[in-house]
Amino acid sequence: MIEKIEEKLRAALGENIISVKEFKDQVIVEARRDAIVEVCRFLKEDRELEFNFLSDICGADMLNFVDSSSRKAYLAVEHDYHPEEVPTAGRFMVIYQLTSLRNRTRIRVKVRVDGDNPVCPSLTSLYPAANWYERETFDMFGITFEGHPDMRRMYMPEEYDHHPLRKDFPLMGVPGSIPLPRK
Amino acid sequence: MANSSRDKDNVAQIVRALEDKDTSAALEDPLENYMVLNMGPQHPATHGVLRLLVKLDGETVVECIPELGYLHRGYEKIAEASTYMEFIPHTDRLDYISPIANNVAYALAVEKIAGVEAPPRAQYIRVIGAELARVSSHLMAIGAMAMDVGAMTVFLWAFREREKLYDIFDLLTGVRFTTSYTRIGGVAQDLTDETKQAIGKFIDEFPHHHAEIIKMLNKNRIFLDRVVGVGAIDAETAIGLGFSGANLRGCGIEHDIRTFSPYLVYDQLSFDVITEKDGDCFARYMVRMREMLESVKIVRQALERIPQGPIKADLPKKVLPQKERVYEKMEELIHDFVIVNDGVNPDVGDVYVTTEGSKGELGFYIISDGSGHPWRMKIRSPSFCNLQALPYLVKGQMISDVVAIIGSIDPIMGEADK
Amino acid sequence: MAVNRTNENEGFLTSRVDALFNWSLKNSLWPMPLGISCCAIEMMAFAGPRYDVSRFGAEVFRFSPRQSDLLIVAGTVTYKMARVVRKIYDQMPDPKWVISMGVCASSGGMYRSYSVVQGIDQFVPVDVYVGGCPPRPDSLLKALMEIQKRIQAGETLTQQRRPEKVLVD
Ligand code: SF4
Repeated sequence: MIEKIEEKLRAALGENIISVKEFKDQVIVEARRDAIVEVCRFLKEDRELEFNFLSDICGADMLNFVDSSSRKAYLAVEHDYHPEEVPTAGRFMVIYQLTSLRNRTRIRVKVRVDGDNPVCPSLTSLYPAANWYERETFDMFGITFEGHPDMRRMYMPEEYDHHPLRKDFPLMGVPGSIPLPRK
Repeated sequence: MANSSRDKDNVAQIVRALEDKDTSAALEDPLENYMVLNMGPQHPATHGVLRLLVKLDGETVVECIPELGYLHRGYEKIAEASTYMEFIPHTDRLDYISPIANNVAYALAVEKIAGVEAPPRAQYIRVIGAELARVSSHLMAIGAMAMDVGAMTVFLWAFREREKLYDIFDLLTGVRFTTSYTRIGGVAQDLTDETKQAIGKFIDEFPHHHAEIIKMLNKNRIFLDRVVGVGAIDAETAIGLGFSGANLRGCGIEHDIRTFSPYLVYDQLSFDVITEKDGDCFARYMVRMREMLESVKIVRQALERIPQGPIKADLPKKVLPQKERVYEKMEELIHDFVIVNDGVNPDVGDVYVTTEGSKGELGFYIISDGSGHPWRMKIRSPSFCNLQALPYLVKGQMISDVVAIIGSIDPIMGEADK
Repeated sequence: MAVNRTNENEGFLTSRVDALFNWSLKNSLWPMPLGISCCAIEMMAFAGPRYDVSRFGAEVFRFSPRQSDLLIVAGTVTYKMARVVRKIYDQMPDPKWVISMGVCASSGGMYRSYSVVQGIDQFVPVDVYVGGCPPRPDSLLKALMEIQKRIQAGETLTQQRRPEKVLVD
């Protein structure tokens, strides 16, 4: 399965595919951000693959992401711990979960999005369902999707300034950022 | 505002007609303006705190914009701050009509990334729990939908059956409502004989009560007029809009994760995937009705085949030991301490695990950095995705049909807003 | 209220107007069920056949705040929802009472996060808090009885003398 997908993707999209991996029986494709629409279009329209159902889109903030086992190993030999910083160049990840209803298979496509200018092409032209998923990602991470018809917040109030799921946002929020009614 | 130039024209026309004493002057659409109606967030028919902005032309819906977030509780942020174990109680409150189904889905996702497998007995118990939860969820969906179109009796009947299910959950898990029943690698308590009998009694009686509801609704003129042909959607649009679960099966697509990628022991049980072709409210209602009987069938088989054995996997580094043993053995105490404080440390990587929740494809996407807390956890909640089709479904329908359509989609806002 | 029977044949009834008023009010509370999340399901069970709130005269659930005098806030109140809750409270005619059902409404409960208000008493006055997640319908019935007790005790006509808050758990 994975070989076939890799071969097909590389043949059709070449450079735009960064890697194709398998983890716990799940196929993960990493692609270039600007090519995400082409990659998904290929996956959707290819006769054999036919990933016609977009299950989900989500963002992830990979700020200072390190494998905790390496952290532990460091601590064990009493080193000063310097996490290798993920450069802002790839701070966010946008993850697409595609499903093929006919073949009963799933695939996951990931792209990296810069931290200082978080934009990503929108998939709404391909899958109408992407509309709300992208709005949610925008709300939570501040990643703007280019070409989206209605880029508004999904959950938080419209006038809210922050993006809650970023790693530098505190769990309890910013006090006073949303006013309460008077008693 | 936008019509002001037309208004001016109209006024000019009226003035001219008055001057000419021409009584046959007709305006080209004197009432051409829309009304915007706000439904919710506190509205009995929106099933919680969904807010709809509906643009009406007379009584016909021209456009509808749902507004979510009135119940956004920040689950995904909370998950990042809690260990895998600590998040289990939160899963109850996602789709709070069927807590056990969520518990199972979450446990499966964590087990997948941690490389744990629950023993067979636990898997059977999970199937039983999840299917009973599905029955209770569908009962609620049907009761609420019937109430929205005016049939209060069915709602009370549905609640009567749900109370019986609550009693069963009480026996099985110790609480009526927020069960927190699964553990990573198993379930919290064993299925006792008493519970087994209670479930057996319920599934014996249920088909009779089910038939009652069918009798009440399926030939009822008022009910049929309100739902047949209302809110229809074709299969392709439904797939495009991310429909799943009973709603998608109502459009004739045979998509059910229990057969799509079987988890637990569903591949050893025989049941049908219910589909209806029409894609309207009635089809969605019928799918739910018929699915309840399939669930009962599954529960019956599971009760017959359930093996004896442990209910938690024997992996001391990942799975909490039984409480009684913790009080007696030193090692177990240490393991308990380590798991509760450090958490289950799964492999570094990411998995997306889906199950067929009561509302549709319920998925958990977990990115792990190897520590006891998930780095990122995304909940793919079916209600959220199903709601996305609402503007499409209500377009061109009557305003009073909107409540029937919302009822037939069966959104639960706890899950949709996360 | 008392029945005075000094003479076997000439009994008469003594009462104050507000005692009569309170008595009738307490047995005909019209709740406004503000069901926001999971607790709402238990609130429905409280109205349902088994727990049957009509025994206490409070079965007339009004979905319009203008026709009700008991606000039951059942569920997690987020900052976005807070304004709505306050608005509903303001729309209710006096005299009115508030039950905060469940730990979420009472204190934010298990949701210590950026979007959840840590207790609705920050913006509406609460009369009875009901603990539990969710509280069983019995506890909610107990809360209703507490409200009834308070109505009987308090001077409802002016709603001046409010007894202290009650916690049911
Ligand atoms: S108190 Fe518990 S059951 Fe009630 S709304 Fe909060 S989380 Fe849900």
